Amino acid sequence: MDAAFALIAGHANYWLVVILMMIGLYVAIARGNLVKKIVGLNLFQTSVFMLYISMGKVEGGTAPILTGLPATVYSNPLPHVLILTAIVVGISTTALALALVVRIREAYGTIEEDEILEIERDVGSKS
Amino acid sequence: MMIAVDLILFAFLILTAIAIARLRNLFAVAMLSGLFSLLAAGLFVALDAVDVAFTEAAVGGGVSTIFMLGALALMPREEKRPVHGALLPLVLCLVTGAALVYGTIDMPAFGSPDAPVQRHVGPEYLARALPETGVPNVVTAVLASYRGYDTLGETTVIFVAAISVLMILGISLGSGRQKGGE
Amino acid sequence: MQHHLILRVVARLLLPPIFLYALYVQWHGDYGPGGGFQAGVIFAVGFILYALINGVDALTRVVPPRALILLLAAGLLLYAGTGIATLLLGQDFLDYSALSHDAVHGQEWGILIVELGVGITVAAAMTAIFLAFAGRSASVEDKDW
Repeated sequence: MDAAFALIAGHANYWLVVILMMIGLYVAIARGNLVKKIVGLNLFQTSVFMLYISMGKVEGGTAPILTGLPATVYSNPLPHVLILTAIVVGISTTALALALVVRIREAYGTIEEDEILEIERDVGSKS
Repeated sequence: MMIAVDLILFAFLILTAIAIARLRNLFAVAMLSGLFSLLAAGLFVALDAVDVAFTEAAVGGGVSTIFMLGALALMPREEKRPVHGALLPLVLCLVTGAALVYGTIDMPAFGSPDAPVQRHVGPEYLARALPETGVPNVVTAVLASYRGYDTLGETTVIFVAAISVLMILGISLGSGRQKGGE
Repeated sequence: MQHHLILRVVARLLLPPIFLYALYVQWHGDYGPGGGFQAGVIFAVGFILYALINGVDALTRVVPPRALILLLAAGLLLYAGTGIATLLLGQDFLDYSALSHDAVHGQEWGILIVELGVGITVAAAMTAIFLAFAGRSASVEDKDW
């Protein structure tokens, strides 16, 4: 009983992150709208960031900015560095994806996946 | 106390994510994804990652929403009703999620100070950053000095992404725009 | 947004603190949360807010797109150039110890310089991407909001 409680208390954080991740994955694969897919991928990406940051957290720790006070516990700075750069790279790639969607909308007149595929099929069968 | 903050933030995050999945008005989805980023920033503060929280709030809550709205201004605002059934994706997500949860069971408990991840390079950086670089913010020291190659690569990615957006959408190089003024 | 008087006045009041704060975040990143990535984004947000109040044309008069593209490359070149400089001074690529007479000072200088490079590239990239989207805009009607 105690072991089960310890497992839940120690891992609930990771499981909540997994739930968020799966909602993001669901939005990305179940929806045909391209903008919605990008938002879903963003949710997924942010959840991955949370998983990384969770792993760097130390119980009773504080932010890794050295204060000079003795016996201070700091959380692990390495995941923070990796995720910090990943966030800014994430926005750049999101902007690139949105730019491609804008061009798709101009070329096909729609941003729904199935309608684009239909237009593609029509063009293919005519030629 | 910490656990309560964590749980409340996660509850809001999950509610926001479900709302994003269900709504079909894309403007609302863009605003909610900004809200999601802001809540995520709050969670990062609770997890001691203040630099990350700062970036997430500025990027996810601010610029990302602006780009989303800028793109939405050029396209229909309403998503079509999905034509395919939602069952297959749902099953796929449940299976993937179950596999991930199964994978976490072997992981060390959340916040445990003797997890492998806390015992190698992390303490090394914390001990060496101030004497070697003179910078008290260890995140900045690792970002710019110890992992300088990495950050150079990331900056290059941002550069290339911006150039690609300019190549795809085009930007007028004159001081005024030729067409479409307001 | 020409007739939203309150929004325009408030946004105009907010602009100077935003730019000042961006500079603070840029240069204070060694001692507190912050650094080039965040400062660049905040700087870009200031420019974007300016464009939202005064129109995109006003922004392109303040920062011509040509200058933006130059800055985009200049930031990255500043970063890589620091690496080349340390190479020429006899150290490894991006080992800033060579930049000053003692190693710790060199590291501090190196970190400030590469953070500045990152800040310039990020600010220029975000502003340029915004201009690329806004330059295409079919105008957004007030009823859409």
